[in-house]
This record gives sequence, structure tokens and C-alpha cells, in this order.
Amino acid sequence: MLQKLVRSTIIDAPIERVWAVLRDFNSHDQWHTVIKESRIEAGQSSTQVGCVRAFTLQDGSFIREQLLTLDDAQYKSTYCIVESTVPLQRYVATVTLKPVTDGRRTFWHWESTFATPPGRERELRDMVAQGVYEAGFENLRRHLMQGGDLRAPGTAPMPRALPQSCRRVVVSGYGGPEVLAVQDGEVQAPGPGEVRIRQRAIGVNFFDVYLRRGWIPEMLALPGTPGMEAAGTVLDVGEGVTGVMPGDRVACMTAAPGAYASVRNVPADQVVRLPAAVDDDVAAALLLKGVTADYLLRDLGRVQPGARWLVHAAAGGVGLLLCAWARHLGARVVGTVSSEDKARLAREHGCEHVIVTPNYRFAAEVRQHFGDGADVIVDGLGDAARRENFEALAPCGHWISLGQASGALQAVSPDWLVQKSATFSRPVAFAYVPTRAKLAERAERVWGALANGTLKLPPIERHSLEAAARAHERLESRRTTGALVLVA
Amino acid sequence: MIRIYVSSVIEASADTVWSRIRDFNGLPSWHPAIADSRIENQQPSDRVGCVRHFHTHDGGMIRERLLALSDFDFTCTYEILESPMGVDHYVATLKLTPVTDGGRCFAEWSAEFECAEGRERELVDLIGGGVFQGGFDALKRHFSRR
Repeated sequence: MLQKLVRSTIIDAPIERVWAVLRDFNSHDQWHTVIKESRIEAGQSSTQVGCVRAFTLQDGSFIREQLLTLDDAQYKSTYCIVESTVPLQRYVATVTLKPVTDGRRTFWHWESTFATPPGRERELRDMVAQGVYEAGFENLRRHLMQGGDLRAPGTAPMPRALPQSCRRVVVSGYGGPEVLAVQDGEVQAPGPGEVRIRQRAIGVNFFDVYLRRGWIPEMLALPGTPGMEAAGTVLDVGEGVTGVMPGDRVACMTAAPGAYASVRNVPADQVVRLPAAVDDDVAAALLLKGVTADYLLRDLGRVQPGARWLVHAAAGGVGLLLCAWARHLGARVVGTVSSEDKARLAREHGCEHVIVTPNYRFAAEVRQHFGDGADVIVDGLGDAARRENFEALAPCGHWISLGQASGALQAVSPDWLVQKSATFSRPVAFAYVPTRAKLAERAERVWGALANGTLKLPPIERHSLEAAARAHERLESRRTTGALVLVA
Repeated sequence: MIRIYVSSVIEASADTVWSRIRDFNGLPSWHPAIADSRIENQQPSDRVGCVRHFHTHDGGMIRERLLALSDFDFTCTYEILESPMGVDHYVATLKLTPVTDGGRCFAEWSAEFECAEGRERELVDLIGGGVFQGGFDALKRHFSRR
């Protein structure tokens, strides 16, 4: 059986110089220490295709090899063994060089196929790989550079306990997406109880838009940085921090904004370690949304088999997770979306009936599908859908106001709710993860549901930190599906 | 037909570098010139034929179709459907090759295209220098920090 052998290296010299040596089929005794003598038979030129070289090795072996290809345009030479005291059978080898254009270096690829007598495969392969190819790399390197060698770039450790430069998105005045601007800054060493994270992916949530618009000024004073969740790697930890170490991959969701940054200090109890199977951008896209779906279903909405759920923005980040998870837990789910594309996606994620409504009209269709209405409504729409939501609610139903994309919800009075004996909730995710253990428990359920297929990974749209404004424009346009992340 | 060829050596295994660049929708996560990206029609980003729709930081919109993707050869080939650069029949390939001595890989990015006469130099600088070399520089920075 033929075996294939590949060895390659980088030579710190321009390709022309390396090729000038290797294209000469008779040069090996000048630079390869395994070759004692080399000559070309029959007085031919060493660049004549078809010529044969006769090698004597240091150990006394004798090999005759024939040049099959010499290609100066492709920097390629092919040759085979025609006679040898070493039992390499049907041996054909190719040397290929390629230029490393950003540094005047050369990539050298040396491969061959050959057969050996039974039982000697490993011995002869190692002999060729190490004794001929790898030794050849070293010998030519020495030959060319006379002792110069390749140094790996510095792998100095991250500075510890020093300020670290970072880029962050800063809102200097409340307004549209255009107020989001990137600034260079510094992040001090983590204080007691804090973890400093090199964030690689940051989740974008509609809540960030509210902060940017100035709807909750007590949470985002000016100038301020929005963002509630991110994932990355721990750089260092402050005094008294246990459970996370430098180098750990982590995700965080924080009660205070500030996540739109490449480096950030966060309280250690708002950080969870990530399993290897969960990438940074997946974690940033799903932590807050997944935890939200988890507390909505388990705690606030207490989902039961057969329960009728109405999920607005069913193709959005939280919506897709809710559809799939509620369905898995036995609930019936009707969703609303603004376009046919989104309807298809919501259906793929488990939504049994999707209402396409660009203008917040859905109550009649919900009642038609569910009989007397929905037991639970997860409402991110806000004021424009206020009356429709009330009409879509079943007796003793539960209206959960999660967001208000269309505008701040006017007061919902007790006298109005009493008409349907209804419950109205206005939850905040962070109240449902008061401790690191609770956060870890909910996060684990999300990653577990993702791993076992209960939750499908929603589409993730990526933007760079510098393009945060465009990410917000996209989110507010209602044209996105799934989750948006910023990469830093 | 204009040809561009840019190559580099990245100080991480081909597997590791590939996992950073194979996502056809992932340019903003590693290429500094790209602001955002999405895949049209909700297709998976590793389905041959899918179209990525992205913007550069200077506002240019580009649509590219995935023509070939090989996790075995660490190769990705794509064509430009729409761009402000003024190139025609643009097909590019990004390829990694393991370097067996040391945990690093040889990265090649090449393209062939046609353009209006007189614009060759400018486009070679923009695509070869800005896009391809800019991408490799970012990968080299990323993997030398680790």
C-alpha cells in the first residue's frame, strides 16, 4: 500500500534564493548533511528533465533518482527513485515552494508517496520524514542563513494589574443610532470582587436602544456606554474573587450597562464560565435572551402542557427561543411577526401559528385560533399594541410586558385588568439572577437546551464595534431576525 | 484578467485559524475593514450558494456568493455579485495549508477579476493590500497575542 508523507516549513529567505538552490537537482551534497556525494549521470545538465542523479549517503546507501518535472513558474520539482539500496518502492516526491508575500519568506512543501516492504512502514517513513525532509529543512536554513533561524513572535503574557487600553462605544447625547461613537479608553485593574474581561462578542438588545434614546436616564448617565451582555476571556481578577481564573472563557450579563467595549470590569457574581461547545458570539447572542426565556417559562409564566402562549416578535432573539422552548414544554404558541420571511423562521423554531401583521392587529386572529384568547402574552411591542393585547388575553390571563418597542406603555389600570381578572407583570431579567449560582443554573439550562436540540441556534448577525450604530439601525428597522452581536 | 496573490504565515494551526475564518458570515469578527454581515434568505452560512451581504466601514455594500467550501482542504471560494469597486467576474479563494514544523499555517488569498483599463493598479492595491493583507495582518495580531 502506498503511504503519503508531507512535511512543510517556512524558510526565512526570498523564494528566488531558496528556489535557486532547490531547482539544481545536483546541489544536495552542498547543503544536505545526509548526502555525501551527488553527481548527474551521462554528463547531463542538472536542470535537464529526465536526468538522473546518483547519491551516496553518509551511511553508505546508494540511491539513483530521476528528475520528472522542473517548473520554474510554479517553483515545483518532481522526482522518483529508479534504483536504491533503501527499500523505498514506487517513490515519487514533489518539492513545491510558494512565496510568503508579506515578509519575503518562503513556504516549502515537500511530499511523497511510496511503498515499503511489509512491517517496515513506520521505520522507513520516519527515516524519510525526519532524516531527509526535516533534516533538509534545517540544513538548507543553515546553508542559506548561516545560523539565522526563525523566531516565533513574542508570546509575552498579558500585563497584569495595569490599566488596559480598550475601545468602547460612548453615547454623549441621547438620540438616534448616530449618537453611538467609538472612543479609545482605558480599563483599570479589576477592583475587589471584579473580573476584567477581554470581550470578543457583545449582545445587542432592544433595551440598549431604550438607553440610547434616553428613556431610562437613571440607568445611562451621559456620557455612557450601553450594553448588558458579552462574552470573552478573563484577563485578571480582583481581590476576593473565586470561581473564575485568568484565561477562562466567560459570559456576563450585568445589571448596569457598559458592555459595548473590548475590555471591561464586571462584578464576578454576574459572570458565568462557558462550556467549550458554546462560542463567544453564541454566548453573547443568547445569554440574556436565553435567561429571559428561562424565567418567563419556568418562573413568571409557569408554562403548562396545553397552555396558550402569544409571543410577539416571534422571529426576534427572545421570540425564537420562547417558541421552541414553550413548544417543547407542551405549550401551544401563536406568534406575531412583521413579514413572511420572519413567519417562516418562527415556524421553523416551533411556532404553531404565525400572524403576519405590520400594524399590530392580531387580537381577532389570536381569539380565532385559541378560542377565548391567550393564557400568557409575552409583549415586547408596547403602547401601539396595548388595546389589541388586552383583547387577545383570555380570562385570568397573564400579560407580561417585556419591552415597548413601539413606545412607552401607558398606565395599565387595575380597573381595566379586573374586566378579565387579568395579571399584569413588568419583569426585569436581573431580578431573576440575583446570585452567580442562579445565573449559572439558568445559563446551563440554555446551553443544555441548545446542545440537545430543544433550542435551535437562531441566525446571528454580526457587526463590528465601530458599526454599533448600524446594528441599532438594523434592530430598529424591524428587518432583522434572530440575534445581533458586536464583535470586538 | 487581473490576478492578485497575497500570502502570509499565521502563528496558529490551520485548524485553529480555519475555525476563525470559515464562517462565511463571520467577516466582522476578524476582518477590521468589515462593519457588519448577514446571510440573505436565512440560509446557513456554510451552504454553498448562500449570499453574504455586508458593509465595509467606509459604507460600501458588498454581496458575495459562496462557491466552494472545504473543511478538508481549508479552502473557501466566492464570487462578487455586487460591489462598489467596479470589478467583473471576480472570483477569490482563501486557503490555509498546515506547516508541519510548528503549530502554524500558510495562508493564501487570491483573486481573479476584470476591470476598466487604467484601474488595475488601484484595485490591486485596494484588494491585495487593503482587503487581503489587512485581513492577514488582523489574524497575525490576533494569534500572536494568545
